[in-house]
Amino acid sequence: MQGPRIAIAKSKEPPAPSSARRPPGGASENGQAGAVGAVPGSLGGSAAELPPAPNMRGARIIVEALIKEGVDLIFGYPGGAILHVYDELYKVQDRLRHILVRHEQGAVHAAEGYAQSTGKVGVAMVTSGPGATNVVTGLANALMDSTPIVVISGQVATTLIGNDAFQEADVVGITRPCTKYNYLVKRVEDLAPTIKEAFYLARSGRPGPVLIDIPKDVTAWECPFIWPDKVELASYKPTIKGHPLQVKKAVDLIRQTERAVLYVGGGVVNSGAQPEVLELATRLNLPVTPTLMGLGCFPPTNPQSLGMLGMHGTYTANMAMAKADLIINIGARFDDRVTGRLDKFALNAKKIHVDIDPSNVNKTVNVDVPIVGDAKHVLRQMLDMLPDEPAPARSGWWGELREMQRRYPLRYKDRSDVIMPQKFFEELADLTKGRYICSTDVGQHQMWAAQYYPVDDGRKWLTSGGLGTMGYGLPAAVGAALSGTKDLVLCVTGDGSFQMCIQELATCVQESLNLKILVMNNRFLGMVRQWQELLYDRRYSEVGLKYFPDFVKIAEAYGATGYRAEKPEELRAVLEKGLSTPGTVLMDIIVHKESNVYPMIPGGAAHYEILLGPEDDETPEPRELA
Amino acid sequence: MSTIPPTTRHMLSILVEDRYGELARIVGLFSGRGYNIDSLAVNQSLEPGMSRVVLTTRGDAQVVEQILKQVNKLVRVHKVRHLVGDGHLERELCVATVRASNSRAREELERIIKLTSARVLAFSATAFTVEATGTSSEIEQFIELLRPLGVRDMVRSAPVALSRAGAEGEIHSADTAAE
Repeated sequence: MQGPRIAIAKSKEPPAPSSARRPPGGASENGQAGAVGAVPGSLGGSAAELPPAPNMRGARIIVEALIKEGVDLIFGYPGGAILHVYDELYKVQDRLRHILVRHEQGAVHAAEGYAQSTGKVGVAMVTSGPGATNVVTGLANALMDSTPIVVISGQVATTLIGNDAFQEADVVGITRPCTKYNYLVKRVEDLAPTIKEAFYLARSGRPGPVLIDIPKDVTAWECPFIWPDKVELASYKPTIKGHPLQVKKAVDLIRQTERAVLYVGGGVVNSGAQPEVLELATRLNLPVTPTLMGLGCFPPTNPQSLGMLGMHGTYTANMAMAKADLIINIGARFDDRVTGRLDKFALNAKKIHVDIDPSNVNKTVNVDVPIVGDAKHVLRQMLDMLPDEPAPARSGWWGELREMQRRYPLRYKDRSDVIMPQKFFEELADLTKGRYICSTDVGQHQMWAAQYYPVDDGRKWLTSGGLGTMGYGLPAAVGAALSGTKDLVLCVTGDGSFQMCIQELATCVQESLNLKILVMNNRFLGMVRQWQELLYDRRYSEVGLKYFPDFVKIAEAYGATGYRAEKPEELRAVLEKGLSTPGTVLMDIIVHKESNVYPMIPGGAAHYEILLGPEDDETPEPRELA
Repeated sequence: MSTIPPTTRHMLSILVEDRYGELARIVGLFSGRGYNIDSLAVNQSLEPGMSRVVLTTRGDAQVVEQILKQVNKLVRVHKVRHLVGDGHLERELCVATVRASNSRAREELERIIKLTSARVLAFSATAFTVEATGTSSEIEQFIELLRPLGVRDMVRSAPVALSRAGAEGEIHSADTAAE
């Protein structure tokens, strides 16, 4: 099925655009075609053969299609192959805003931040070759975290594909395994339906990234702009409603079991099921633990919240999973950071798993009641089946959990000579009460933010969970800040992660963003150092940043404001001043260098083999719970 | 599926839209997730614009369940069928050139041809090119029979398979014909 088509592409023969017309004189490859095709419908030939809709240039079709899809914001970076489209963007500035980032990775992460904070599809636009290869990390990130984005990449002209042309790369080939779907559009008539379908795929079912690769000559060719009313995909029909018998089984199981725990993930945020989770938890008096991606989907201040689950989750949340007789997984995927060693995971518990992606079910953990469907729908079905009865007391179970919470809370030893990182996050939580959008990077700061920042809405918590992408935080915050939110946007980052997309400071200042960047600066790649301390006998291999720039001066050089806190007595004042200063503000918080994130479940350990910090003088012996 | 012994051979029949890159998507899924493809056959199907992919892979029950779900998840894949038991027929093609320069060898070859329903495609004074179809194990037997004569060259296709007439889960069901 591949051979003949590849042969066509290599033969230098342009595929015949059936009803499409190339501008008279031919679309030249140096961008000169712009002047010819600028007026839509001016090149349609004689009136007799005119199709019902006027002809439009491919580049114009792309921007009109985006507008039809309701897009009002694009993050991108121009280049040769995408020039025709940028020329059209120039003409529709009042209807479609383009944000110029400083690196294509920033464009994708910004689109992700926009999508995660709004639930709408984020859009990025880049050129061919390096422009497109620079989006690969973001695509893989969005695929892992089920974030709906559409990336439009320019490609060399169809006549040049396969020739190793300037800025040519096999982008559909490179991005195939890190997108939900991708396209190479070879005919101008396919542009509108492809864009329609791409948005549908990105946002429906399990959301994810979709890439559309568009050769330059396709953007110069013309055809009528026909916007399809709907998408027909016989082979793609996501299951939304749960199977009623399975839902009934789940409800019966929950009502029969005493030691149940509700384990909630990013699927709850994606489906907007926060109210249903709260109702189910309340009506059944269930303890709730969110994953890193599910943070905010259950109020952290609610007494039924056990705190975060997983490798750096709370002792109680992880032990609740180990000791439960029923685990109700809503929109999470039994990730290895949650399960630990699979053959020791929750052996006493029956498992209910609600997931919109059938391939997540029984992937790593065999479950007793699988329910394929959208979290909100399935939870609604469960709630409708629940009899009107008082919530069960679960007093024995809650008693055990409360005792664990009392004995093993999150804790650390504060110091007066140096800012402890946990102290910094406690102060930040106290000042903000978790009401601002918080984007994080990846590493120790991310885990402490997850433990201490009391976010009460899943859409206010932007983090790179599945892929663990350092460099995600700042551009994601840019995307959230431009989403039209009235909330202040925080970017919590580390001295390592921040330098991976530091160039986006220019975007922040250029767009006058009210964005507060908090750099937890321990002059180490802290999480790697922590593993080296605990597992490699303190052999600190390449984790001490031997040179670190002055972040305050960097902020100032970019035109932002910079503050620094080095001593505990400066911390509160710097945070207050930084958060209340308008515009883009960077706060460089110099913290204790060798603090570790606890609790910790070491990689490969069972999920009840929890390491607690030195502050906990009586570290509980991990018991064989099998 | 739990009755299948671990890491046995599994045959999948996949109906996928005949579009640019779709085969790469299927094949890439296997390599990307660490599954091996033992054989692969692709051609047009009965439905216009659709290709039928028949492939064999290895794995335990959990791996195969995951493979089926992942393939089914591919946007342009219309149908995946796991061919198990004897509800389907499997055929593989083998073309071989064997030496047969004397009458004894030619007689022996004639005997093998009769036995295996093989067919002569071409011949010269010293060699014959023959083809045979059958299940993978029949083809293996065929090759073993030819080997003593001296096989100069040999090529095997991937096996294809189809549900047996009258078997459960008919060949072209309504959901794929809807196009």
